[in-house]
Amino acid sequence: MELSNLTITKARELILKKEISVFELTKAYLEKIKKEDKKIFAFLTLNEKGALERAREIDEMIFEKREIPVLAGIPCAIKDNILVEGMRCTAGSKILENYFAPYDATVVKKIKEAGAIILGKTNLDEFAMGSSTENSAFFKTKNPLDLERVPGGSSGGSAAAVAADFCLFALGSDTGGSIRQPASFCEIVGLKPTYGTVSRYGLIAFASSLDQIGPLTKTVKDCQIVFEVIKGEDEMDSTSLRFESKNQSFEIKDLKIGVPKEYFVEGMEKEVEEAIKKAIEKYEKMGATILEISLPHTEYALPCYYIIAPSEASANLARYDGLRYGLKKGERSKSENLLEQYFKTRGEKFGPEVRRRIMLGTYALSAGYYEAYYLRAEKVRALIKKDFDEAFKKVDLIFTPTSPTLPFKFGEKIEDPLKMYLSDIFTISVNLAGLPALSFPVGKIGKLPVGLQIIGPAFSEQKIFQTAQVYES
Amino acid sequence: MISEKEVKHIAKLARIGLKEKEVKKFQKELSSILDYIEKLKEVDVSKVEPMFHPRATKNVFRKDEAKNKGEKISALLEAMAEVKENYLKVKKII
Repeated sequence: MELSNLTITKARELILKKEISVFELTKAYLEKIKKEDKKIFAFLTLNEKGALERAREIDEMIFEKREIPVLAGIPCAIKDNILVEGMRCTAGSKILENYFAPYDATVVKKIKEAGAIILGKTNLDEFAMGSSTENSAFFKTKNPLDLERVPGGSSGGSAAAVAADFCLFALGSDTGGSIRQPASFCEIVGLKPTYGTVSRYGLIAFASSLDQIGPLTKTVKDCQIVFEVIKGEDEMDSTSLRFESKNQSFEIKDLKIGVPKEYFVEGMEKEVEEAIKKAIEKYEKMGATILEISLPHTEYALPCYYIIAPSEASANLARYDGLRYGLKKGERSKSENLLEQYFKTRGEKFGPEVRRRIMLGTYALSAGYYEAYYLRAEKVRALIKKDFDEAFKKVDLIFTPTSPTLPFKFGEKIEDPLKMYLSDIFTISVNLAGLPALSFPVGKIGKLPVGLQIIGPAFSEQKIFQTAQVYES
Repeated sequence: MISEKEVKHIAKLARIGLKEKEVKKFQKELSSILDYIEKLKEVDVSKVEPMFHPRATKNVFRKDEAKNKGEKISALLEAMAEVKENYLKVKKII
């Protein structure tokens, strides 16, 4: 079966017309994964038996002509920091190597109810901290477009799985660009929804005021389909809210697009800049108005993020004590007392980037530094949000590159944390402000893709989808 | 530049054990990140209210009722290293 041209929409047609059974489709994907993932390393865990059993059930449902839910029989992959009941969930860390999820995350419950088939769990930077998936404690995922290069991160396994045709969609999480940057690097579509529209219940927390779950797909239409399924208020996540869809119809010629001058500065690769400018011109030709805007606090977003995210992480990761989440007695470090045991377990089982960020956050929150670092960063964050509020008084959407560079080579940035952090320079402000943003492919330099990021006001997902779809068609 | 002593102190607060050669490595890396973060001092924040969260935060209440008894509890206990009579067993602390 040829899987490379398949999308959720097309697969659904084939399934409904009974041209393929869900069992055949699932089997085809599993076989492809077993054959080709030896080169890509997208999956940490495969759910072969569970996927085939579920496929049989969905086939039966279709045979009996019951109501067929929107993702019925659609094979997918889940980032390994999102809980799927009964499956191992490592967050890419040795400290959770033997942790089995006791329940489904709300997003997983929703896609299961919609009929999706979960093929497996995908690789990530440990606890989603990273931009290349090189920080996984298990192995490095390769970019399917060029095996010498990283797939981006932290949702690198999910992005690679979609790009390599190992599934029709994947779920990822985005704290500072972790869906959009890998989507850009792997030539697929990725959405970071408005903060609160998707429940975080069952997502292993990194920075709770920034984390959002979102879809990675092959087309914008597919992205919209998955988003519609996973969104919604959830009593298990008190920061979730009802999606106030602003679904006014509009035409591209009425659209005002802002291009922030602060995003086209030194440090961006020339080829990326040219590809983005070309895409923007295409919208201008379709009749959209392009306006240069200013987001004056852009240069402070990265330092602001590297106080706030590690501070929240240092609190969220305090729970990994080596006692409660799957490490058995024999696997723990032998120590005299509880405190020594904490030092040893957390010192040995957390990787370098995770330890670095926990320590950075601990420092920023410690006595004497709280005001100078943490409180100041939260004030700068308010200014970054205000920049966007001002901009959206003048324009409907903002266009930027997703990443300042093309996919880079393994080892290129991993030795220098600051250099790696700069990979997220265009995506981070969106998380600080809680806005929605989508990355989708708009060009290629050789075999390496360039992604355009569309940022909108809170709850403007429909407008973002419609605008991106026009480019695809 | 933060001192080696400070690195050790932070690691202790964070319950992270460090080997001697790691202390120097983290000292260097944390210092260079903190230097970069110094940039925030350029911003005048004297009249700005901090934004701790993207949503206006308010309390969300629900009834304090236990759900998912039994099966879920045994799954949680299953993940623990050592259990005695449905309690997590840890090393003596006093």
